[in-house]
Amino acid sequence: MPIISISKLSKTYTSGFTALRDIDLAVERGEIFALLGPNGAGKSTLINIVCGIVTASSGTVLVDGHDIGADYRAARRVIGLVPQELTTDAFETVLNTVNFSRGLFGLKPDAGHIERILRALSLWDKRDSRLMTLSGGMKRRVLIAKALSHEPRVLFLDEPTAGVDVELRQDMWRLVRDLRQQGVTVILTTHYIEEAEEMADRIGVIRRGEIILVEEKAALMRKLGRKQLILHLQQPLAAVPPDLADYELALAGEGRELVYTYDTRAERTGITGLLTGLSAAGIRFNDLHTEQSSLEDIFVGLVREERVQA
Amino acid sequence: MSAAFTMNWPAVRSIYRFEMGRFWRTAGQSILAPVISTTLYFVVFGAAIGSRVSAVDGVPYGLFIVPGLIMLSLLTQSISNASFGIYFPRFAGTIYEILSAPISPLEVVLGFVGAAASKSILIGLIILATSALFVPLRIDHPFWMIGFLLLTAVTFSLFGFVIGLWADGFEKLQLVPLLIVTPLTFLGGSFYAIGMLPPFWHAVSLLNPVVYLISGFRWAFFGKADVNIAVSLGMTALFLVICLGLVTYIFRTGYRLKS
Repeated sequence: MPIISISKLSKTYTSGFTALRDIDLAVERGEIFALLGPNGAGKSTLINIVCGIVTASSGTVLVDGHDIGADYRAARRVIGLVPQELTTDAFETVLNTVNFSRGLFGLKPDAGHIERILRALSLWDKRDSRLMTLSGGMKRRVLIAKALSHEPRVLFLDEPTAGVDVELRQDMWRLVRDLRQQGVTVILTTHYIEEAEEMADRIGVIRRGEIILVEEKAALMRKLGRKQLILHLQQPLAAVPPDLADYELALAGEGRELVYTYDTRAERTGITGLLTGLSAAGIRFNDLHTEQSSLEDIFVGLVREERVQA
Repeated sequence: MSAAFTMNWPAVRSIYRFEMGRFWRTAGQSILAPVISTTLYFVVFGAAIGSRVSAVDGVPYGLFIVPGLIMLSLLTQSISNASFGIYFPRFAGTIYEILSAPISPLEVVLGFVGAAASKSILIGLIILATSALFVPLRIDHPFWMIGFLLLTAVTFSLFGFVIGLWADGFEKLQLVPLLIVTPLTFLGGSFYAIGMLPPFWHAVSLLNPVVYLISGFRWAFFGKADVNIAVSLGMTALFLVICLGLVTYIFRTGYRLKS
């Protein structure tokens, strides 16, 4: 059973804006799922509905088998949420605010657990500091500590690294991997492709309130990935030889590099044919390497395709 | 599922403690302010004016104003504490945590309203203690006195909670206490018996719900009331029910809490 199953979920705000249309999505236990999409695509609305902050217009959401409406207590108990905005109680201390969160989820105080979390997030030395004295990055850490205070089985990270420095970003990625080791499911939204590429097992692309694609990251990259073969020529070329016009070739590096773009999905990549052709044309090369297109290229390609269809 | 029917008491405790924390953090101000204002009232109304006013219903004027003074603070403090308590997380955005936690509306209300009522009761008791420094106190029905104190604090904290949910700016937060509650309290017989008014204004006063609160509370002190004690109790209970109804409606519809 998936830890989160969403079916036919729609949301239209009172303003008339439809943020989500007929979303169907299943998130598997223990995976890291990245919800990727441009700003305003509906990522936060989706998360906020699952967490109980926004009311759905229609559809059902089950968290660990519990309906988020009828059985909200059981559903929410397993969820930790790190919101996008840095919202903290200015006058509270770090330790108090984290203990407060644990209490809200109906759990008894556990000093040991809280200490472990604060240490893992480099907050232990700041435990008695008031939140208003902390930097933005530190506040972000506090929000993560609050979300982890009640030992959630599912962690939602809404734009976790927006406006965050490199150190925290790396800490966060490490933390997410540790959580997965412990069997925690992590769902993150982002519009940074590298974040999804770095962390996710599966990626869902959301656009204008619709999920247009859900795929294993590796499969997605394989499936949609275009690869380039770059040949470093011994002698520069002025133009691509006419004999090789059938291949998708381009010259780079002042004619010293021949770039061949091919599709990894194709049954024949054409590499053998190209190399034979080059040999026949007397073109010699002294080195070669391949490059795989990044998730960003894939994403941009997907969104562009969508636009063309629309 | 049985878990769904058990109360999440740790959550109620957490909210309650969190809210009381603010009171204790500013304890100097929270406690000193009512002491100073009570002292001022006694200087002005008790000593300066009171010495020229004859006893009301056989009660010396300085003593007569004690229940009204307590009520005045109880009403304004309950409303401002409770409205600020729930408005601030909405304003700051920290409400997300309450909304996404496994807490029922009843538990949220218990935590916030319980804390607001506790604070105003504490302040009421501080005023009572301060009064004892100026006049020899007399409480004929101490249990009823405590009963009215509790009932009023809870009712007006609920009312404040509703205002805190309704308000969409700091001005609105001040609007109801300033423009409605304070005038109603002053005109509700805090400093006089409404029987002292001409018949027309006496009749108008009976439309003021605060009259019933103060009258009942004063009865607990001196055994004398402007209106029948049962009517006082009934009106206060009615207002409690109205506020409960409003809070229930708000949570059921998610008004101003969820989009």
